[in-house]
Amino acid sequence: MNYNWNWHIFFEPNPTGAGTYLDMLMSGLLLTIKTALLAWVIALIFGTIVGILRSLPSKTASWIGFGYVEFFRNMPLLVQLFLWFFVLPELLPRSAGLWLKQLPNAPFWTAAIGVGLFMSARVAVQLAAGIASLPRGQKNAATALGLTTAQGYRYILLPMAFRIIMPPLTSEFLNTVKNTSVAITIGLIELTGQARAMQEFSFQVFEAFTAATAMYLAINIVVVTGMRFLERSLAIPGYITGK
Amino acid sequence: MKHRHIIGCLIAGALCAGPAMAQELTGTLKNIKETGAITLGYRDSSIPFSYLDDNQKPIGYAMDICYKIVDAVKKELKLDKLEVKLNPVTSSTRIPLLANGTIDLECGSTTNNTERQKQISYTNTHFLTASRYVTKKASKINSIDDLKGKSVVSTAGTTNIKQLTEANAARGLNINIIPAKDHAEAFLMVETDRAVAFVMDDILLASLVAGSKAPGDYVISKDAFSKPEPYGIMLRKDDPAFKKVVDAATAALYTGGEGQKIYDKWFTQKIPPKGLNLNVPISSELKNEFAKPSDSPDPDSYK
Repeated sequence: MNYNWNWHIFFEPNPTGAGTYLDMLMSGLLLTIKTALLAWVIALIFGTIVGILRSLPSKTASWIGFGYVEFFRNMPLLVQLFLWFFVLPELLPRSAGLWLKQLPNAPFWTAAIGVGLFMSARVAVQLAAGIASLPRGQKNAATALGLTTAQGYRYILLPMAFRIIMPPLTSEFLNTVKNTSVAITIGLIELTGQARAMQEFSFQVFEAFTAATAMYLAINIVVVTGMRFLERSLAIPGYITGK
Repeated sequence: MKHRHIIGCLIAGALCAGPAMAQELTGTLKNIKETGAITLGYRDSSIPFSYLDDNQKPIGYAMDICYKIVDAVKKELKLDKLEVKLNPVTSSTRIPLLANGTIDLECGSTTNNTERQKQISYTNTHFLTASRYVTKKASKINSIDDLKGKSVVSTAGTTNIKQLTEANAARGLNINIIPAKDHAEAFLMVETDRAVAFVMDDILLASLVAGSKAPGDYVISKDAFSKPEPYGIMLRKDDPAFKKVVDAATAALYTGGEGQKIYDKWFTQKIPPKGLNLNVPISSELKNEFAKPSDSPDPDSYK
């Protein structure tokens, strides 16, 4: 292979005039982390609501939950971001659309919300499965104690279900981090975007993407370690995840 | 077992080293002679340099030049038959595919600059383009200063976005710079009013406007963010024998007047698949370059 390796490239100034190539990648890394965290918070909030809807006895509620989940998980994430960013403002009245388009940081908010909603469908399915995995007696016991449905969920079902689904939630958190890389399609210059920019400026393709890979690995190792700790302290003795 | 392993390594080493010492041809030329094939890298939508027509066949100005280079290589190696393989490349894959030997020439619209020359070589410049911007006529932007405080888009990772960033800082324009993933998406941002202007190589802007739904709605600026910068066909670095053949072929093409004919065919006449006419007559800078072909990355050398 005829390739001119240059690992010092990271310490050379980048052409945008703001620091080195490494600084460029680091700013991308920071944006990836910010987007992923916001997306994950959105995914947890909406995932919880929809997961509960899916497990309620009401037919209407479970149909709404079903519709939501199928809408968000059956469309590629790339297409969803594109729809949110380019199509939604055109469907609104002209002035509202223009206002939406000219919001500062539009790619960031669109990406965080888009990835968040996409992941929320997956969280919802897992939460519903977690609730379904509880013995029916728990719900009946809650009712027998005189708790309302809301109280039953709040004090009995949800705390148990969340603790059971911790391990798959770890995977979903990791997926959220990785999925933010799709946001480059709507102009969010996160880690993948910066690696591409570095490659275009310097033509050092392999160095740029090796560094980006290492950075994604590093974030995910932090996530896995943190979540492993959380999983262990929250595991319920006697259930699949507890010992 | 251990001994056998070492012997195996020795044999493999000898086999690799052997032919290299025996042949006088080196690098790409040797490879082309041995395989009887040359591989051209093409872009799928770099109109009119290198793009797919309605039969999914790559055509364009840079492709025509590359086919002339192929003829020269065939003559140089005294081959009766030289197979031309075509391989699609994108801005992300062109360097790795050139480095690992998948393609021998990249026929597209790649800017030639000093930084990039550390990684690859270019043959003689085939086009010169300056960084300008396109706006909707309705937005009444007449100069770079009119962009003050507005949202302006450019494609991420290009030299153009860098020039825009520099001008923004130097002239205190306070422009909100939006990076887009590719040219089509950047143009979409102007089309949908997410940005008032798109900063890019003027020739690419001309092709985007010509291909848009309402070409009459757009205007390309007179003001430029840069001097005319050279485009070149890329080849592997440190392969002087191959570069010599390619340089000689392109130089003969440009000085002999045929370069001008190919230029006119793609830039001043209707081109497939939609019959667009870019209407960009040859610039005086490029005319000078055709008279004295050069592979210099320095814009100042093309006056």
